[in-house]
Amino acid sequence: MGLDLSFFTWDLARNFLIGGLIFSVVLTLVAMTGGIFFGTLLALARLSDRPWLAFPAAGYVNAMRSVPLVMVILWFFLLIPFLIGRPIGAEWSAVITFTAFESAYYSEIMRAGVQSVARGQAAAGFALGLTYAQSMRLVVLPQAFRNMLPVLLTQTIILFQDTSLVYAIGAYDLLKGFETAGKNFNRPVEAYTLAAVVYFVICYSLSGSVRRLQRRMAVVR
Amino acid sequence: MNFRWEWEVFLRDTGGGESYLDWMISAWGWTLAVSALAWLLALVLGSAVGTLRTVPSAWVARLASAWVELFRNIPLLVQIFLWYHVIPALVPPLKEVPGFALVVFALGLFTSARVAEQVRAGIQSLSRGQQAAGLALGLSLPQAYRFVLLPMALRIVIPPLTSESMNIIKNSSVAFAVSVSELTLFALQAQEETARGIEVYLAVTGLYVASAFTVNRAMTWIEARVRVPGQAAPERR
Repeated sequence: MGLDLSFFTWDLARNFLIGGLIFSVVLTLVAMTGGIFFGTLLALARLSDRPWLAFPAAGYVNAMRSVPLVMVILWFFLLIPFLIGRPIGAEWSAVITFTAFESAYYSEIMRAGVQSVARGQAAAGFALGLTYAQSMRLVVLPQAFRNMLPVLLTQTIILFQDTSLVYAIGAYDLLKGFETAGKNFNRPVEAYTLAAVVYFVICYSLSGSVRRLQRRMAVVR
Repeated sequence: MNFRWEWEVFLRDTGGGESYLDWMISAWGWTLAVSALAWLLALVLGSAVGTLRTVPSAWVARLASAWVELFRNIPLLVQIFLWYHVIPALVPPLKEVPGFALVVFALGLFTSARVAEQVRAGIQSLSRGQQAAGLALGLSLPQAYRFVLLPMALRIVIPPLTSESMNIIKNSSVAFAVSVSELTLFALQAQEETARGIEVYLAVTGLYVASAFTVNRAMTWIEARVRVPGQAAPERR
């Protein structure tokens, strides 16, 4: 049995795929932005001398990292309505879950980033009369962020792949779009194959760009 | 908000003569079986592909790179669907293969790409002189790999492989999507049937964490056993 791709038309793409693709991309971008923001705060908390900040942050990061993502998705889908008292759609639940989950992973990257900046940099900031917040914001974090940029982007590609796991709660993402199209046209084999090709093309070209960026940065440094 | 624990839910009958606890234990067994077999596959294939990426022959190295890129750039869930829905449709004899085995292949090949990257990095972290010294002693290239490079590299990569072996347990949860009766599928179905999601999810999460922790200890033990004498041991864990 061969593949028959004739069912695949622009109409089909418009009706089934574009919406899913937009959701996957928006979910990735929101979780990346939120994840890097909260992840940076978590990293600073973990590196803090104050145990009441460092311990809960470490606990949160380790808890998120030791549970399968699918279970985290299910947990949030179960708990958010329970806590706020009303149902929340699978899409919103996914956005909150991925932001919370990715914060833990981005925080590990940012922690390594902050530690990669020479200690003298923060000290120099203090010596110039900057407060802790100022020397972090103006001196340390920009360098940490720059050093870790390739790793942060690689994590974002992994994040994009992981968004397909919203399948567990039935959110309509790119994969779901392919699956629905495959069901409607009774062409599941072709639909899953195309899904794999599309994910591969997106992720392969993105990781290629990250590699090029890495090479360019290596020359500058 | 008034919530009461109801752990008795695990003693309830599922309707098939067994309790939810029995079901959960057998689901745990499936999770461990999928993870262990996939890990075995990933180690064998990953070591081979990772080694081939470092050989002088350009086209062999390129083929091995293609392997890594292929399995790294498609989401695991999509790969599982490929193995489950697409490959048996294209290769009819595979229709007889149970879903469990297909998931093992999917997870094993997915992880083999990550193992290959670690093994390649391990081999490339050795000083160039090692290989040259082997060749100068009259070893053939395969012998240099067999007796000089791999015994060092495979021990160096154990710490990164530890985290991969914990990842594989977490990643096995994706098997729920093709109805392999493992822990996550149990969690979904038991939650639906009993409406005691919190107790069910807590127990399942606990089993995942306990499994990953046990694997971590085991790998740390192996690491200590096979450590290269005289090489600085990283102080960790």
